[in-house]
This record gives sequence, C-alpha cells and structure tokens, in this order.
Amino acid sequence: MTHYTLADYQQQLASKDISSVELAQFFLQQMAKHAHLNSFITVCEQEALLQAKHADELRAQGKAGPLTGIPFAHKDIFCTKGIKTSCASKMLDNFIAPYNATIVDKMASAGMVMLGKTNMDEFAMGSSNENSFYGKVHNPWDLNCVPGGSSGGSAAAVAARIIPAATGTDTGGSIRQPAAFCGITGLKPTYGRISRYGMIAFASSLDQAGPMTQTAFDAAILLNVMAGFDPKDSTSLDTPVPDYTANLNDSLKGVRIGIIPSFFGQGLHPDINEAINKSKTVLEQLGAVFVEIDLPHHDLAIPTYYVIASAECSSNLARYDGVRYGYRAKNPENLLDLYQRSRSEAFGSEVKRRIMIGTYVLSSGYYDAYYIKAQQARRLLAEDYQNAFKYVDVILSPTTPDPAFKIAEKSDDPVKMYLSDIYTIAVNMAGLPAINIPCGFSGHLPVGMQFIGNHLSESKLLNIAHQFQQVTSHHQKAPEISL
Amino acid sequence: MKWEVVIGLEVHAQLATQSKIFSGAATAYGAMPNTQACAIDLGMPGVLPVLNEETLHMAIKFGLAANAHIAPESIFARKNYFYPDLPKGYQISQYEIPVVGKGYLDIILEDGSVKRIGITRAHLEEDAGKSLHEDFRGMTGIDLNRAGTPLLEIVSEPDMRSSTEAVAYLKTLHTLVRYLGICDGNMQEGSFRCDANVSIRPMGETKLGTRTELKNINSFRFVEKAINYEIERQIEVIENGGTISQETRLYDADNNTTRTMRSKEEANDYRYFPDPDLLPVAVSEELIAKIKTTMPELPQEKRDRFTKAYGLNSYDANVLSSSRDLADYYEAVTKVANEPKLAANWVMGELLAAINKENLNITESPIKAEALGQLIQRIHDNTISGKIAKTVFVHLWQNEGSVDEIIEKQGLKQVTDLGAIEKIVDEIINNNPQQLADYKAGKEKLFAFFVGQAMKATQGKANPQQLNDLLKDKLK
Repeated sequence: MTHYTLADYQQQLASKDISSVELAQFFLQQMAKHAHLNSFITVCEQEALLQAKHADELRAQGKAGPLTGIPFAHKDIFCTKGIKTSCASKMLDNFIAPYNATIVDKMASAGMVMLGKTNMDEFAMGSSNENSFYGKVHNPWDLNCVPGGSSGGSAAAVAARIIPAATGTDTGGSIRQPAAFCGITGLKPTYGRISRYGMIAFASSLDQAGPMTQTAFDAAILLNVMAGFDPKDSTSLDTPVPDYTANLNDSLKGVRIGIIPSFFGQGLHPDINEAINKSKTVLEQLGAVFVEIDLPHHDLAIPTYYVIASAECSSNLARYDGVRYGYRAKNPENLLDLYQRSRSEAFGSEVKRRIMIGTYVLSSGYYDAYYIKAQQARRLLAEDYQNAFKYVDVILSPTTPDPAFKIAEKSDDPVKMYLSDIYTIAVNMAGLPAINIPCGFSGHLPVGMQFIGNHLSESKLLNIAHQFQQVTSHHQKAPEISL
Repeated sequence: MKWEVVIGLEVHAQLATQSKIFSGAATAYGAMPNTQACAIDLGMPGVLPVLNEETLHMAIKFGLAANAHIAPESIFARKNYFYPDLPKGYQISQYEIPVVGKGYLDIILEDGSVKRIGITRAHLEEDAGKSLHEDFRGMTGIDLNRAGTPLLEIVSEPDMRSSTEAVAYLKTLHTLVRYLGICDGNMQEGSFRCDANVSIRPMGETKLGTRTELKNINSFRFVEKAINYEIERQIEVIENGGTISQETRLYDADNNTTRTMRSKEEANDYRYFPDPDLLPVAVSEELIAKIKTTMPELPQEKRDRFTKAYGLNSYDANVLSSSRDLADYYEAVTKVANEPKLAANWVMGELLAAINKENLNITESPIKAEALGQLIQRIHDNTISGKIAKTVFVHLWQNEGSVDEIIEKQGLKQVTDLGAIEKIVDEIINNNPQQLADYKAGKEKLFAFFVGQAMKATQGKANPQQLNDLLKDKLK
C-alpha cells in the first residue's frame, strides 16, 4: 500500500475502496513503526482520527472535495491552534498557538487530515536537521546520513512512505535540498504565492512554504489548495491561482531549458553530474531544447544570503524574550538577566550564530558595508535570472553539490554546511519558483535536480517535472525500510 | 554674553482610528489591561502586520495641511530594541523615507506677527505598550492595550527661539490635528505628546549648540516651564565654563527641574532596516487628490474668513477658530441670529466661562447653539435687554425650557410700552425732588441714578434705549 501516491489515495477514497479513517490508521501505524527516524515532533492521533471520521461523514453525504480525507503532515513551523508548534526549539517547547496558520486553515477546510507535525532544524536554520531540540532526523535511505534540512522531517517521512505528503518551507533551499537528499519531489513556489501568515518567520523576505510529495502531480494537487492571496499577509501575491494540474500533460516540444556550464564543473559530485546528463537526454527526447546561459553574479549568492537572512532573523527572533510565552529562565535577577538567560538557555548554537551575525551586519557603522551591499548584490542576482529568462523558459541545475552526507560530518564546520546550499540559495534571493525531483542515485543514495522558473511559472515547472516522471522511475524508488 | 535659544519639537499624535495600525484590535482608551491586544499586538510567532489604510490617509491629510511633500513611496522600517512592553523586540516605524516630507506651519506670535516654522518630516509608527511598576510587589506588569496604536510623529525644524514660540507652535499643531480630525489632542491620555530639543548658542553664531532632548512634558504649561528651566540650566553650565552633553533629560513637574535620563553613550543602536513584512507604501496622485476633497477648512483659513465675513477683530477670530467644534458652534449661533459681533461676545463670554467652569467640551454644552442664537435674537429684537439675557442664560443652562418659554415663564419680557415706562419715570422724578434739583444744577452723574431707579422699578425689564430717551426728555 505504501507505494501509492496522493493521487492514488484520492481515487481510492472517491471509489470508497478505502475510508479516511482506515487511511489515517494505516499512516499512524507507519509513523509508530518508523519512529526511529525521528521525523515527527508531535503525532496528532486523536485529532487525526476525528478529522478522518468527519471526512468519511462528508463523503457519505456526498460533500467530499478532491482532498477530503487525504492524510498529510505539517512541518512544525506552521502554527496549529491547540496543538504545540515548537519550530524544533526549546524556546517554543511549551508553545500552543491560539490561531492557525493560513495554510493550516486552508488544508483543514479542504478536508485534509493532519497526522502530526514534522521535525526540522531549529527555526528552519540548517541544512541537515541536526539542529533540532528534538534530536536529529535520519535519512531513510541510510540511517547514518542526514535527511537534509531544514524540512528534514517532512522529507524523510514522505521518502519512507510514512505519510503521502507534507508541507515544508524553503528560505535558502529547505524544501529542495532535503527533497534531493531523500529522493522526493519538493516545490518552492514563487515568493508570496503561499501565505506566510502563521508560519514562524526565519527570514521574512525569503521564506516560502511549499508541498513535499512523491510526485509532481501530487505537488500540483497540494499547491492548488495552498496557493492564494491572503489579506493577512501583505507580501502575498494578489494574482489568481490557476489549476496547477491543468497543464501537466502539455508537450515539452520546444521548451527551452537553460544550463549554466559552471554549475557542472568542480565541486559537483560526478554521480550527480552523470544523473543530470542522463536526465538531459530524457528531456531532449521529450522535445526540450538546451541552451547555455550564465548567471554572472552567482558567486555572490551565499555571502549575500547569510547577510540578509541573518539580519532578518536577528530581528524576527527578538520576540522570544521570555516575557510573554515560550521558554523563560528560572528566577531571573533582573530584566537583563531574564533576557540573557532565557535566550541563551533556549536557543541552539546555530540560531545564536545567525542572530549574532544578523545583529552585527545591521549595527551602526556596518550596515552600509554589509546590509546595503547585500541588497545591491541581491538585485544583481535577480537581474541575472531575468536576463536568463529572455532566452530560456526554465533553468536546470543540480539541487545539491553532493548526495546526503553523514550525520555529524559537517556539524562542526558552518561554512562547509552553508556551501551545501550553493545551488538553491540564489533562487530565494530572486523570489523565483523551483522544483526538485529525483533524477538518479549515487550509490544507495538518491540525488536530485531542480528546475527554476520565472515568477509564477509553477505550472510550467510542474509540467516539465511531471512529463519527466511519466517516462522515468527515480521518483517511484522507495528506501528499503519502507517496503 | 547674549544667548540665542534654539528649539525643535517632536510631537507624537495618536491617530484617531478605530483599530490599530497593523492589526484589527480596538484602540479605545482605558480598557482593562491586555483586553485590547490581539496575537499581532502580542508579537506571537508567525503573525504578520497589515497596514491600516486609514492611518495613511490621516498622515496624508496632515501632510497636505502642513504644505508638505507627500512621498509617492514610503518605507516601514524596524527599530530594534529590547523592552518588555515592546512585544516584537522592534517597533515598526518609518526611517529613511517617511510618508510626509518637508513642509511648514505658520504660527502667530504674541505681537500678532506671523512666523513660519519648518516641518522636517512626519512619519507613521506604532506605539509600544505600557510597563506598570506599581501594584506588583517588586515586579513589573505589562499592559499591551496601547501596543500597535497608530502614531504620527511630527518633527519640526529647530526654528523656535523661545519657549513662548514653542508653545505657540505646539498649540497651532494641536489645533490643526484636531481640525483635521486625525487626533483627539487629549494630552492627559497621551494622545498628543511632545519632546523638545533645546540648545543655546551665542547670539550671531550660526552653528548649532549641543542639544538636550526633554521628555515627559505633556501639557502646554510644562513645555514652557521645562524649556525655560533647561535654557537657564544650559546658560549656567556654559557660563561656568562647562559643556552641554548630548543627552535625554526628564522633566520633573513637582520641582520644575530636568534631570539626566540617558546619555548619548547609553543610547541604543536601533539597527533600523526596512521591514520585510510590509511592502513599500505607494501613494498615488489620485489618492492625494481624493484626500484633498475631504480636507476641512483649516484654522488659518477659518480665522481669515471670520475677520472678513463677520467683521471680527483678529483676537476674537483667533479664539473662535481655535477648535473646529467651537467655530462650528459660533457659526450655528450666527445662523439663527445674524449678529456676529454680539454672538462672538456671548460665545466667548458667558458661554465659554460656564463651559470652562464646569470643565465641559463645547459639544457637551447644555445650551445648544440654536438656543443661544434665539437668546441673541431676543436681545436684538428688544424682547429682552442684554442684562436680562444673562438671567435667561442661567435658566437655559439649567435646561428649564426654550428661550421664549423662559422669558414668558419668568416674566422677563422687556417693557417697551412707552406709556408704562413714562408712568414709572414720572413717579421716580416726583419721589426724588432733591436729586432732580441737584441734577438740574449740573450734577449730571445723577442721570445714572434715575436710570437705576427706573430699572429697579421695572425689575430690569425696561428697554434701556427708550428709558434713556424718555429720562433725557423729562429731566430737561
């Protein structure tokens, strides 16, 4: 049963081959069975079964929608009313939001059944899911490897077929990189396409939610529910939401795909290079045309990202001060002691590092040299992409330079860790959509490639990914533990 | 040495919106602590601010009234600092590009001359909550009702040269924001707060001296006193060979002094940067044009019109245009009784005295403008004299009926029957032969005695003009 996709479950529910309650029970069992992956922070068994029962009732009354009764999980960054939302931090270990994130409401209204909240890097800061207060997550393909991050719990759970789909967030690659490491499909939509309301902020100008699924088709189904303008989020885009499944079967004949030659040189694992080369042949057979392009300022991406993301995070995380909610140091001597101990006792080291970097780059005397410069560099990066999209419809790039690395391999070297996001980060700076899909293996580990499109080109990205998945089987391969 | 005083004011005007600047929570004053703060005001995780458009419209209104440049695109920034009553750890404000740029206001000085005071900028921002240090046995309580309340911070150029000018500017601004309906101006409740930047320099020097910023000066009187104290203090420090250090000083009204609150070194590095949760605020020409059509007549325009249309002197015009409500009241009176000068006297005299005595707002006056107009009309048509009108006024204030009802009920109608007055006058002349003789002998002052006697006999109801004419005739 585990090899089914979300689309398959839709059909089985519609034909009443299975009930929502049965589906929920099955996946709750899967979650218990694979608890050692540590992909969940919170399991919502009772709530899920209630929702599933309600979904079955709706179906019996003929009121079921396309997603009624479909089980899934939210990354623990989305606020859920009455259910703990920790952001994988000790700071929020006791936090229960009195409100839902907009997408939590939307998916619940669509009748979807939330099974739990997935593990992640603390406050979405990390590329390995080792920075969680609730412990590291294991890659289902190799328990000694990381699943990637920050949406590592979602990626591992979907890859291990513990759940059919999950939500993630992507600030510098946090959907695509774990999707690549775990061999699943992960879509980071255009900045503003999905509401950020109730999604705990890391770097507000970069954060974007998206679906993590087995297939591009499933991603399209979920994006239909998640996307849309939200009056509660001033940065959400007020443009109509198309049916993202409508163009999945369009032909790729004549689609121009950009390739940046320098992306495939030194630094890229040869297995990934080879997997992408093979994929290019498949895409050519489907009618796509490859065009060489250049992103001349791409080298600026990582330093620029760490200035902007850290600056925003230093401010976004100032609210965790021990005063109103969350962790509070015991017996503070005075106000300063309350602040200092609450924050130093409850934040992990990566979060502290970025708060300090961010505070530094915004400080008087450094602001122009760092923050203003970074904004200028960000504009250059965005312009690079706009120039490229004059010649191509999408860009094909590796998602990561290497397959999943070993747990603890990079955790002592932040710069090495940051470099693992080299292919994903610039996309966030330009606010563009991009999708990771599995494209082969390096030994026993899956590898991914990403398609990057212009603003609001999700339909095109999903179309290309879906067409590729129609003629390949990488996305159907599941790790042994799931079988 | 002769010193020149340089003063600039920063005013925080609380915008009179129903809801907060970035959330839907109510802004009403005086609610139970923390009952008017929603998840956004509390700085909960994941919540986002959305600009209340009404605050932008109010800021534009102010900008237009202050002859200022309205930025086609302004930016909200985060001002980062930690304080328990600042829930997000930053205040959303405007920094590099405020919605209102350079402008000016004209103020009238005591000698009647006009001085132009530059407006540097005015920007939108959110207020913080309140820390309550009493009643918590050594701990601090936090009330976040005020957190997120919209403020317009109006910064002036250092154009004022005395505390009197500063107060005149502040009053002009106070009148203006209330005219525009963008702020209730209530200084006790903190809806209109002022900080003053004060420095001195030798007369003739063009370089500015080091300034201090005075806080906690929330009445016109305190502004004047605090600035005067600070000027004296600065002169004394410098003349004794010392230097002024740039610092924030707190005014202590109890002993009329200022004291150091924090020095420049202790000042926060606010790490301002554009708020990524809010888009740049675009203001179109169409929006400005639309808001222009909603602009009320401004105080200065009204003052000019009052002098021209009603023939009022500039003092009267100034007082009557000092608030929109008062001006509206006055104009409503003149609509009923077309006697602008008499109406001005009554509104500024009896009415304002009674209003101030009972600490009322003009809109709360128990005597409506129509009633006062009728009263003036009855003076004008000789139904009652001005003196009797004061009695009617007292009854009106007690809500004892309409003007005519009171006149009727109290029998206050002026005696205009010439025969009746003549009869009384004859009687008085006959009863006072000595005074008559003295008067005829040249003691003309005794004329008033006869008027007084006649008024007494008629209980003040004799028509004064008729009485005068008659007496003059009879005493010839």
